[in-house]
Amino acid sequence: MTVHQPGTLREALDLIAGKPEAVPVAGATDLLVHWPARVAEHDRDYVDLSRIAELKAIAFRNGELMLGALATYWDVIHAGRMKEGFPLLVAAARQVGAVQIQARGTWAGNIVNASPAADGVPVLMAYDAVVVLASRAGQEEVPLDRFYTGYKQTRRRPDQLVVAIRIPWRAHDVAVFEKVGGRRAQAIAKVGLAIAHSAAGWRVVAASVAPTVRRCTAIERLLTDGTPVRGPDDLHPAIERDVTPIDDLRSTAAYRKTVMARLLYDDLRGVCPAFS
Amino acid sequence: MITLAFTLNGAPATVEIDPADRLLDVLRERLGLTGTKEGCGEGECGACTVWLDGLPVNSCLVPAYQVRGARVHTVESLDPAALEPLLVHGATQCGACTPGVAMTACWIVGHPEILASHSLRELLAGNLCRCTGYDGIVAGVQAALDAGARA
Repeated sequence: MTVHQPGTLREALDLIAGKPEAVPVAGATDLLVHWPARVAEHDRDYVDLSRIAELKAIAFRNGELMLGALATYWDVIHAGRMKEGFPLLVAAARQVGAVQIQARGTWAGNIVNASPAADGVPVLMAYDAVVVLASRAGQEEVPLDRFYTGYKQTRRRPDQLVVAIRIPWRAHDVAVFEKVGGRRAQAIAKVGLAIAHSAAGWRVVAASVAPTVRRCTAIERLLTDGTPVRGPDDLHPAIERDVTPIDDLRSTAAYRKTVMARLLYDDLRGVCPAFS
Repeated sequence: MITLAFTLNGAPATVEIDPADRLLDVLRERLGLTGTKEGCGEGECGACTVWLDGLPVNSCLVPAYQVRGARVHTVESLDPAALEPLLVHGATQCGACTPGVAMTACWIVGHPEILASHSLRELLAGNLCRCTGYDGIVAGVQAALDAGARA
């Protein structure tokens, strides 16, 4: 195993420009799972980002929150003003694994790992987060809801690194994060949901019900239009358009759709006049 | 092989490692500190919990090379007297989870301010007890906190 440990972003970008097959490493909480058994991966090149001080920042400025690529869940849980300004980030971070994982795992790592069951991605997407990518050729910004192109596929080119996540600071009158797993902690989501409403409109984002975490645009339209909803069953036509869950070791497609409908109905009844 | 220098249980440590080594294996096999146990190897059970720069982490998910210059504490650094409340309250049954539970427990007792925003059970959620003896663990940590508050 060859580990490159650049001290600056510039060095890191030079390194991956020359070694596009190299794997970037931050908190390593996904990389090292069952590591001794994954012998084939020990022979690869890795670019460790953990020494790059300029990637550690968390900053509120110009009406937005900027999370550096090394910002961890624990950093966000304890950052000042986070609970008031971005409560969904705190809520989701507290449901990632437990303290031991929250202390190491990064938001940027959650994005590039591209798991459909990610806990951090739904809330970032509900807040209209933008992924900031850098390469030697320059910087590029991709809205998170357009970052995934398929299962575990992203728009990051091999010569690019995620350097930051930008999140606009808006007043939300609805902000809900739901995670249904096998148990309350240390679980991978069977269904994840982030719901937010601001002057920018409705955002409904679902996890573990499609090949990627994704916006549920049919549900969002139903909410914007004020379509009457008299029970969870009324949400099924929109859910059928938005998501394509599968049966796997954690759950079944039917269970996921049923739970998604009930969570949406329970969370929105009381805040949406059209829900009765 | 690369040379890794860091602070281990308060003292300087230097060890030759392979870049692919996990912190867990370096502690156990190269440094002889076998108090830290491997349970699941996937960051779920918490048996391998150590403190890295003061925060509990799963040492099975830490690349050893990343702790260069950092402070690492293992279960061997704990004061046995601090574990007395866990014994008194039956927090240990088979013992498999105990080194990790002890690390998280002593971290909580050392940082009681965290309880303003987190419950004990949330903070202990990263340490699975296969005997399901959670009530004893929570009671032991609570007793240690109460003793700390009186002291």
